[in-house]
Amino acid sequence: MPTAPLFSFESVSVGPPDARRLDGLDAQLPAAGLTVIAGPSGSGKSTLLRLCNRLEVPSAGVVRHRGTDITQRDSLQLRREVAMVFQRPVTFPGNVLDNLREADPECDEARGAELLERAGLDRSFLHRDAGELSGGEAQRACLARSLATNPRVMLMDEPTSALDARAAAVLERLGRRLVDDGTPVVWVTHAEEQLRRLADHVLLLDGGRVHRSGAVQEALGDAER
Amino acid sequence: MQSGDVGYLGLAASLVLVAVALAVSLRLRLRLERDLVVSVGRGLVQLLIVGAGLAIIIDPDTSLVWSWLWVVGIVVFAAATNKRRAPAVPGLFWIALAANGATAVVGFGVAFGLGIFPVEGRTLVPIAGMLIGNSMKSGIVVAERLVEALSDGRPEVEARLALGQPWTAASRPVVRSALRVALSPQIENTKALGIVFLPGAMTGLILAGVDPLDAVLVQLALMYLILGGAATTTAVTALGSVRRLFTDDHRLVALPRSRRDVG
Repeated sequence: MPTAPLFSFESVSVGPPDARRLDGLDAQLPAAGLTVIAGPSGSGKSTLLRLCNRLEVPSAGVVRHRGTDITQRDSLQLRREVAMVFQRPVTFPGNVLDNLREADPECDEARGAELLERAGLDRSFLHRDAGELSGGEAQRACLARSLATNPRVMLMDEPTSALDARAAAVLERLGRRLVDDGTPVVWVTHAEEQLRRLADHVLLLDGGRVHRSGAVQEALGDAER
Repeated sequence: MQSGDVGYLGLAASLVLVAVALAVSLRLRLRLERDLVVSVGRGLVQLLIVGAGLAIIIDPDTSLVWSWLWVVGIVVFAAATNKRRAPAVPGLFWIALAANGATAVVGFGVAFGLGIFPVEGRTLVPIAGMLIGNSMKSGIVVAERLVEALSDGRPEVEARLALGQPWTAASRPVVRSALRVALSPQIENTKALGIVFLPGAMTGLILAGVDPLDAVLVQLALMYLILGGAATTTAVTALGSVRRLFTDDHRLVALPRSRRDVG
């Protein structure tokens, strides 16, 4: 029996008829690997990602997660399984450990250190004021916080757009490592170079519709990675 | 002029300061002349009608039913005003009606139930006016602030929702902040009592010839009622409004001035 897609979108539209952000979109995201959703500004990339953890719902059509209509799932449980890192790191008041406890109230220092390690930060960050971290550190702390719910999927919404090149490279490596550890990642970007560096699969959007999709070589029309 | 009687000539004389306000508006080209004239005229007519109405209400021969009906009118009008000021909250009229109604019930329960004031026409309507009027202002502030804070704070609220937090937890910091903003002026007013300003009821009683200590006691009782009323109104308004700003599946609804990134 073939594996159900990670997410499938069936005739999905979002927004009023005269201002659709997604317009009758049909697409599937594969069950494993790192899928990059790319496209110009306003093409519907972030909207598509937000449908995956039900921060938004379609005006029409169906979104399925591993074959199940996500409206049939408890939205809070779904969000703990399908975690999200946002474009700009949003830290909560308190130190980094306090932030981790917002996701997992039982998180102790040992568990916190383990989560930070997976996000490329050492345990000394646990007691750092989250509001005083640099952009790259804050984004990695947010990644650690997202990992605290033990997600099975990681959504990343242009997570490097507010970071410098060095911090962006670190985050790209961490995204790749999640995939290598068995957690599928859906990564939104508008940067073609990043797409080429990261993607196993590609979904290219334009005007709220699928422009091209598939394995990276065939979707981009060349064999170069 | 004894015992604070203000005749029509006295009233006309007090309009001198309105003339000053008009002069300021004209001199600085504020274009507020029309608003000033309308507000002064409207206030004059409204209060004269209220005065005439109160004269009937406080007549010992008039049934208390009319006073209670007046109180109901105040509660409904306050809810309509609240709704007009924060239209982004769905169903705010009913929330504000419940909030102002709860304030009236709690306030009257204390004021009359504990025997602070007697249940009479001369106490019901004025106390309701002061209680609901002040609470309404806090209710408006909390509803406006809530919409603004959820709109500006959407990234933080959605970051919490994305961790699987229910809307109650995800909105808690915003609700707390809105409640603090709405209640602070009443708390500051209570702190500044007698030092910065002499409040209206007390001033009115003293001008009418009542013993200052008696006037102070009345004013203090009213201020405490107003503080409690503001807390009741803001709490009911905030909790009722925030519920309407999230969907059953824990999504924050679209709000004006939202700065959400759409890629």
